[in-house]
Formats: sequence, structure tokens, C-alpha cells
Amino acid sequence: MTTASPPPAVLGTQPEPAARAPRRTRTRSWSGWLFIGPFMAVFALVFLAPIAYSIYLSFFRNQLVGGNGFVGLANYAQVLQDSQFWSSLIRVVLFLAVQVPVMLLIALLVALALDSGRLYGKSFFRISIFLPYAVPAVVASLMWGFMYGTRFGLVGNINSAFGINLPNPLSPDLILASIGNIVTWEFIGYNMLIFYSALSVIPKSLHEAAEIDGASQFRLVTAIKLPAIRGAMVVASIFSVIGSFQLFNEPAILQSLAPNSISTYFTPNLYAYSLSFSGQQYNYSATVAIVMGIITMVIAYAVQLRGMRKES
Amino acid sequence: MKKRIAPAVLRGSALAFAATLALTACGGGGSDAGGSADAGNADDVAAALEEGGELTVWAWDLTVQDVADEFEELHPNVDVKVVNAGTGNDQYTALQNAIAAGDGVPDVAQIEYFALPQFAIADSLTDISGLGAGDLEGTFSPGPWNAVQQGEGIYGLPMDAGPMVMYYNTEVFEKFGVEIPATWDEYIEAARTIHEADPDVYITNDTGDAGFTTSLIWQAGGKPYQVDGTDVTVDFSDEGSTKFAETWQELVDGELVAPINSWTDEWYQGLGDGTIATLNTGAWMPGNFESGVQAGAGKWRVAPLPQWEEGGTATAENGGSSLAIPSATENAALAYAFLDYASVADGVQTRIDGGAFPSTTEDLASEEFLNREFEYFGGQKANELFAESAENVVEGWSYLPFQVYANSIFNDTVGQSYVSDAPLTEGLKAWQDATIQYGSDQGFTVSE
Repeated sequence: MTTASPPPAVLGTQPEPAARAPRRTRTRSWSGWLFIGPFMAVFALVFLAPIAYSIYLSFFRNQLVGGNGFVGLANYAQVLQDSQFWSSLIRVVLFLAVQVPVMLLIALLVALALDSGRLYGKSFFRISIFLPYAVPAVVASLMWGFMYGTRFGLVGNINSAFGINLPNPLSPDLILASIGNIVTWEFIGYNMLIFYSALSVIPKSLHEAAEIDGASQFRLVTAIKLPAIRGAMVVASIFSVIGSFQLFNEPAILQSLAPNSISTYFTPNLYAYSLSFSGQQYNYSATVAIVMGIITMVIAYAVQLRGMRKES
Repeated sequence: MKKRIAPAVLRGSALAFAATLALTACGGGGSDAGGSADAGNADDVAAALEEGGELTVWAWDLTVQDVADEFEELHPNVDVKVVNAGTGNDQYTALQNAIAAGDGVPDVAQIEYFALPQFAIADSLTDISGLGAGDLEGTFSPGPWNAVQQGEGIYGLPMDAGPMVMYYNTEVFEKFGVEIPATWDEYIEAARTIHEADPDVYITNDTGDAGFTTSLIWQAGGKPYQVDGTDVTVDFSDEGSTKFAETWQELVDGELVAPINSWTDEWYQGLGDGTIATLNTGAWMPGNFESGVQAGAGKWRVAPLPQWEEGGTATAENGGSSLAIPSATENAALAYAFLDYASVADGVQTRIDGGAFPSTTEDLASEEFLNREFEYFGGQKANELFAESAENVVEGWSYLPFQVYANSIFNDTVGQSYVSDAPLTEGLKAWQDATIQYGSDQGFTVSE
């Protein structure tokens, strides 16, 4: 950040700074703190304090019988051996591996189509594809939940109208795919917008130069557009990684419709929630959250490193 | 799920980290809610009524508001605020969190019998035996009265009861020419006949419900939970539990129960249009029928719960609530005055008029109560059947001191048997293991 330094410092001659430096730094640091003080106070209160408190909580165990006691790293040892936690993690990793590529690919195709300039009614498509993002996730999940219903829902209607027997989207085998479908529907527009805005800042002169050289549309995409938006693709991937690991709303809402398909440890977040709010295991829940936070950070960082290396 | 996060990627993931933690950061902390030291005596109750004050009552039962209005009228210097903090588990979660936070705890809370031990053992409730409840022996029917006692203390007054009966849709039974089942074997037969005649019609709905399962095991004479202070036994391999699991397995295997979750729109619709032919539940159901299933008016009737043994009369409780006083309140004496009015004195009649099923022996025996004709049930004197069921509840049942949590993981375990090939006995075993694990984590001595 820039600070208001006194004019002599700028105008001063070479030999002087050594002598003057201490005083100048002190003035600087004080005025600097004055500027960032309010931010730091809020930052400490709303970001650092909850993290510190959660870490503090994770070293204790509060029992119905026996009360609260310091247990050191026992909670962490328990998480590492907790098959429910790992099954939930594997589930979101599977979700990540399938849903995110599909979603980003569709978003990319749509963005390229919009950017090609050959689409009639471009703004109509742009807005309607983006619209699901404006629907709150809770409403979207409820809406899809009703459509998935095999008795009174859309699936049920199709079954009775055509006399067929579609598999139940809310059954344990299909529930993850059904949730993936909801999430894809919700976030294609959002990712499309990231790609589209990255595409629209590519200088037109590049396109024109390529066309003069006789490049096909396909070549234009692979040689100019895709390399130019790699940064945006990395950002979108990282958001999606974080989003997948935090999967909560959709399964939490659908749980009431399909209690046997969505367990209380379906995703790591749902598990932390159940531990905390049904099980009163705040300490263990904090531990699960911290471990999950670290895993998310590591993976997001790995994606970023990989993406950036390609770019350079 | 996906949140818009600041462009700086690293900060983004740090934010995600913080967001995950924020979820848990609101729990924990001082649950030293004071225990049940000296709550006062009967004189204090009279003095508190004299003095007046404010009371906050958490209840989802709609008749509690009427009782509160009357109570305010009788005692003008008392101000009662009834708050609906959610139904069942939602309310317990809110209450547990309020108690843990030591802030916003109500003076009186509606707590179902199965959840009461959990709050009592955590010292979250006032022992009201000294306030006057100790003299109420014989006022309530034995089931509910046993349910509000834990060890030496009394932790709530029974508000209603849920002796089980079978509600059935006469139209469905007449249409398919099926006899009303008196035993569970006949029930399965009826289920087959009905479902074969019309694949859209089911004997009942069931997607795995902890309360229902434990109630039927209770009726079958099973005693999977044994509680002695902090020594707990969980064992679903006894005769009663096995009897239930094997019988119910036939319904699940034959896909004879509708895969409809209770309390959903689909369920209300199914009760109204004849998709669901019977419902085995507590005596508190009529009010819900009247308000939620208008389409079924005149079609539904009440019959005794099907029996495990031919000619038997055994029943069990399903649901039913007490009113309890959290120990965090500073107004226990006044709160008890309200409890007494709502559960023992004139408030009981108000609640009966509102459709509630009482647990006071005097009302259960009164002619006026027994002779009431239910228009919804085609003029049937349903209370007679309810009262009979209340008398035949199998004795010796107890719930776990952490039943709320156990019920919350029912669908993780037993529920799986409804959607896979795993038999119910295996599901019950998984439930037992998970329950034991949790109990041990919470410091109980749990054995199988």
C-alpha cells in the first residue's frame, strides 16, 4: 500500500538515507497501521478469531458424562481413523472428478458459442444460461427434488405418460449423479460468465490476423482463444474444487426427501453439521472442519500451481 | 454451495477454510448450567404466582397457546410468551444450543418422552419433585409418569400421551373385501391382497422411522435399551426386536409399504386418496387428520393396534410430550405454576377440547371424554379405544439417555435395509454399533 512519505525523502541526496531511515520508518509504520487498523480489527475478529477458536475447541472433548477435558491431539487421531469421514471425502472427490470437468466443459462450449458471434439472439441465451445462478441453491434443490419424485414429480409423470419405468433419481445409486446434475445446472452460467468475459478481452486484431493467415474456426479456438483464457480456467477450476468440497445445501435439502440415500455423513460438511447439531460433538466437529479445511487448501493450491506452471 | 470468492486464489482457499470453521465455531463452551440444586418448594410456587413475572414457553403443540391465554387471564400479573422454536428434533437442537450458550433458554419447554432423559442426564432440567410434582403419584397413567422420572428426580409433567392404535381407511378395506387385521400376520396378508389387487395402493407407508421401529419393538416385548444411571445396554438381538425385524422384513421385501416419507405433502395426499390404507401411530393423530387430511373425513376409523400374539392386547407408546423446566431459568417456581396448570389443573380440559390426548387418569376415565364422538371417524367413539390402549402399554421400556442422537442416525443404518438387500436385523445391528460408539464417546459405560 502507498503511504504519504515526506517530500525530503524523495528529493533527498544519496548519502543521507542511512541516517534518516530509522525515523522515517517509524512515522511510516504508525500511519500505516492507522490505515489498516480498522481492517485488521475486523479481519481478526471475523476471520482469525473463529479459526483460532475452532483450533482451541479441537483440543478438547466435552462429554455428556464427565464434562469437558483437554485431550490433546486425540480428536485428530480419531478423524484419521474415522471411516465415515473418509467415505464422505471420497464421495466429494468422486463428485469433483466427474461433475467439475463436465460442468466446465459445457460452460466453455457455451462461452465459445456466444463469443463466436455466429449465434442469433446472443444476449437472450447469455441471460437464460446465467439465470439458474440467480436462483438460491435451496430453492433450486427443492425444485429439482420435486422433479425427481417418482410418484408425483416429473419423473413420475413421464413414467405414467409413456408407461415406462425410469430409475429413481433419488435412489442410493443415482443420488450423487442427481446432485451433480443440480449443481451443474446451477453453476454453468456462472462459469460461462467467467470464460465469456475472459474471451471478450482477447484483442480482435489477433482473430483478424489468424483469419488472414487462413486459420479455421477450430484452429482459432485451440491456438488463440484457449491459451488466452487459461488463467480464467484455473480460477474457475479452483472455485469448483472449493465448491465441491463444501457441498452441503443440495444434499441437506434432499435429505428430507431421500433419508435413506443421503446419510448424515454424505459430505464432509454435512458430517460436521450433524456432529455439531445432532450429536453435540462440537469439539470433534471442529476437528473435522479443520482437517477438511487443510485438505481443501492443499488441493486448491495444487490446482493453482499446476495451472500457473502451464501458463508460464 | 459455491460461493463467489475474492480473486486472489490463495486467499480464496483460506476463506473456504474459515467458512468451514465458522460452522462449528458457534458451539461448545460452558454447559455448566448449574445442575438441579434447590429449585424451591410448593410455597415458593404460590409466592411466585403472587409476585407475577414473565415466562417464555417453547412448544409446537398448538393447544399450548390457548392454555397460556387462560393462565394469563387467571393471573393478570403473569405474562406468558409461547414460542414455536421448531418441531421435535429442530427444537431440541435449538434448546441444546441455547443451553450450551447459556443464553436465550426458555423457562418452559415441550420435550418428548424419548428426549427427556438426554436433557435430564446433562443436568439441563430442573428436578421439580420438590416444587409439587412429588405429590402427583397416581395423577397420570403409568407410562408417561415413568417417562418423566430419571433416577430419583422428576424432570417434567406429562402433557399428553401416544398410546398406539391402528387408523384405517374403511373404503380401501371394503373395496378389496379385506378383513381388518387383528394380528401382524393378518396385517401382512392384508398388505399382499391389497397391493396385488391395485399396485398403487399400499397397506401403509414406511421409509424407516426410528420412533415407529422402537415402538413396535416395545409392543413386541423387546427391551433393547437398559439404562441404569450411566450404565447403558444396547441390544437388538432380544426376542422382541427379532420378532419385529423378521415380520417387518416381509413387508419390506415384498415392497408392500409405500416409499413415502411421513409428514410430506405426498403423505397427506396419500392418506386422503386411499393410497395409504392404514397408519399405526399414537392417539395424538386425530388433530392432524382433521387439519391435514380433509379429503379423508368420514373414511377413516380407529382399531386396536395389530397384535404379535393372537388375542393379545399389548400396545406401546409412540410420541407424547412433557413440559419441562430448563435449569438455566431463574423463574422455576413460576414456571412450575404454569406446568401445573397445563398438565394437572384446568389446562388439561382446554387441551382436550383442542384435540389433545391427555395422560391424566381422571380425564381418561371420565364419561364425557370416553363418549366423545369423532365426526372425522364417522361418529366413532375413538377415545374409548385410545384409553384402552393407554392401559395396555407394555411395561419396562426405557429410552436411551442419548436417544435424540440415536434417532438421527437411524436412516444411516436401519434405513439402508429399505433400499438394499441388507436385512433389517443387520440394519439394527449397525444401529446398535453406531449407538454404542456414540455412547462410549460421550462417557457412558455401554455394553451389548
